Amino acid sequence: MAVLNKPPVTTAGPLNGILTWVDQRFPLMALYKSQVAEYYAPKNLNFWYFFGALSLVVLVIQIVSGIFLTMNYKPSASEAFASVEYIMRDVPGGWLIRYIHSTGASAFFVVVYLHMCRGIMYGSYRKPRELTWIFGVLIYLCLMAEAFFGYLLPWGQMSYWGAQVIINLFATIPIIGEDLSVWIRGDYNVSDATLNRFFALHVIALPLALLGLVVAHLMALHETGSNNPDGVEIHADLDPKTGTPRDGIPFHPYYTVKDLVGLAVFLILFSAVVFFAPEMGGYFLEYNNFVPADPLTTPAHIAPVWYFTPFYAMLRAIPSFFNMQVWGVIVMGAAVVILFALPWLDRGRAKSIRYRGPIYKSFFAAFIVSFLILGYLGVEPTNVWGEFGKAVPIVGGDYVATWVARVLTAVYFAFFFLMPWYTSIDKEKPVPSRVTS
Amino acid sequence: MMRLVAAVFGALVASAAVAAGPSVPLDRAPLNLNDKLSLQRGAQIFVNHCLNCHSATLMRYSRLTDLGLREAQIRENLLFTTDKVGDPMRSALTAKDGKAWFGVLPPDLSLTARSRGPDWLYTYMRSFYRDPASKTGWNNTAFPNVSMPHVLWEYQGDAVLKAAGKPGGAGQLVIDRPGRLSPAEYDRYVADLVNYLAFMGEPARTKRVQIGILVIFFLAVFFVIVLFLKKEFWKDVR
Repeated sequence: MAVLNKPPVTTAGPLNGILTWVDQRFPLMALYKSQVAEYYAPKNLNFWYFFGALSLVVLVIQIVSGIFLTMNYKPSASEAFASVEYIMRDVPGGWLIRYIHSTGASAFFVVVYLHMCRGIMYGSYRKPRELTWIFGVLIYLCLMAEAFFGYLLPWGQMSYWGAQVIINLFATIPIIGEDLSVWIRGDYNVSDATLNRFFALHVIALPLALLGLVVAHLMALHETGSNNPDGVEIHADLDPKTGTPRDGIPFHPYYTVKDLVGLAVFLILFSAVVFFAPEMGGYFLEYNNFVPADPLTTPAHIAPVWYFTPFYAMLRAIPSFFNMQVWGVIVMGAAVVILFALPWLDRGRAKSIRYRGPIYKSFFAAFIVSFLILGYLGVEPTNVWGEFGKAVPIVGGDYVATWVARVLTAVYFAFFFLMPWYTSIDKEKPVPSRVTS
Repeated sequence: MMRLVAAVFGALVASAAVAAGPSVPLDRAPLNLNDKLSLQRGAQIFVNHCLNCHSATLMRYSRLTDLGLREAQIRENLLFTTDKVGDPMRSALTAKDGKAWFGVLPPDLSLTARSRGPDWLYTYMRSFYRDPASKTGWNNTAFPNVSMPHVLWEYQGDAVLKAAGKPGGAGQLVIDRPGRLSPAEYDRYVADLVNYLAFMGEPARTKRVQIGILVIFFLAVFFVIVLFLKKEFWKDVR
């Protein structure tokens, strides 16, 4: 009988009574202590550590704004486009909810990419945090699917043809491809049936999966404790008196107030986009998506939203071999799936980039640069690829941009495939026993 | 972090993708969504000239109250295609007639300012010229072989192509026979129309910017407060 044995809550002033009542029936104080008030985080976390908490904030923003959008959105091919404009024009505050949701989609990828970059930079995927990393990559995969399904819902030209192109990728798989793509669409073309199922996946299936994975990601993180910019394990050095890490500070209040500062800066930038540039120059809301979907008119230029473009550039760069086009799709998929293997590819002793050697740093820099340039190439319409290379000697001509994309794709994969080799021969600096600064 | 994110955002805006449409040099539309008189004139031009063939089904007449008009004024001066002020702006042209007369159904204009951009519209409406070879007798340098005739020709007059060759926007046209407006007046006339089309593309836009300024101000205050809060709490962390 826990009711009789558990000590009453004494730290909550007037709320002591109610909290004692709850605590004797639910592990409230134990959870609060283990996850918040006595969760020790390294004291040297820098601004890169804002993006995890910010991802959670954006997730909440997307779920809440999404609920309100769902109240007025109609998932039907004949009504979807007009219902979005109905939200923009006739629903009180609807334009705000819609812009928050559309900006939130891009903001989600901004913070998640920065969060992942942090994880790679400081070796947060390394033992013992492999599962935290794997749950994170699964979240990223779910997020890509969530964004893709959601992008069809406004039923504009870009929604329609983007979905058409991506689903057709599955049709390139030998033997089962055609049937598979029909199964995904529920029709021979992207149609009302496709819109309906994408709506179901976007508002129920993937948010549920995302929430579950986020909980798993946080549970795994709180089991091992946070990494830090020095890549030093703070739990290896405990204060003999208190038994808590010497370099750790309680998450609350220290990181709750610090994260509030990050939140304020984020919200200022986020609001600046929502209120002053919701289209973000055509990157967050594409101009062509203000034209209703028309299955009979293919737009001159179809490109995915910016957050998919690095992978899209890889897809476009890979030629067809043996009369099959599936290779580009394989490369694109591998570019994401390879992230799962990262914890086992890294053979370095130092976790953090601060103590890595010059070879790792060069590979890391090349990886980041190639990802950014691939992202740029993926945005550009195909005709710019030709113009891109006209003035370049020797290799000049229409294929230069394609070759640039091919080389950068190779660089992207080299970062991963060569990692066991270059991390084991690199000249690393000695890692300090305690966190610095 | 602020600097980094600002740099990323800045780069995105600087390399802003161009709006869809054929690539002709575009003239900058002198938009001013706070100019209620210009918007009212634009609404009048739209209802008198565009709405005969083009619908704007996402726009209700009643929304014109945002331009400082009263419902009675809208009903008396602007309501031609319906008798209910809450109705959407629907053209009387049927799809069948549109196909028969123009070869295509004239597109809905509710969102054209957002899909093509105001600059394109401003250039397009000033780029019609006489072309006896075309079906309607008109052609357009911004949209070659367009099926739309020059609806505002009485105002602009007859333009002819100065030099044949690559299409190049309004610059290569000369007015052969003047219309009711001088070239400068006609530019102003089209600017009012495009201003209205931009309003119609996103009626909440001015409100959005107004609220945005308040929100940013509020968040800036919030930022200062939490910054000092953080400094206070972190004093004892060595």
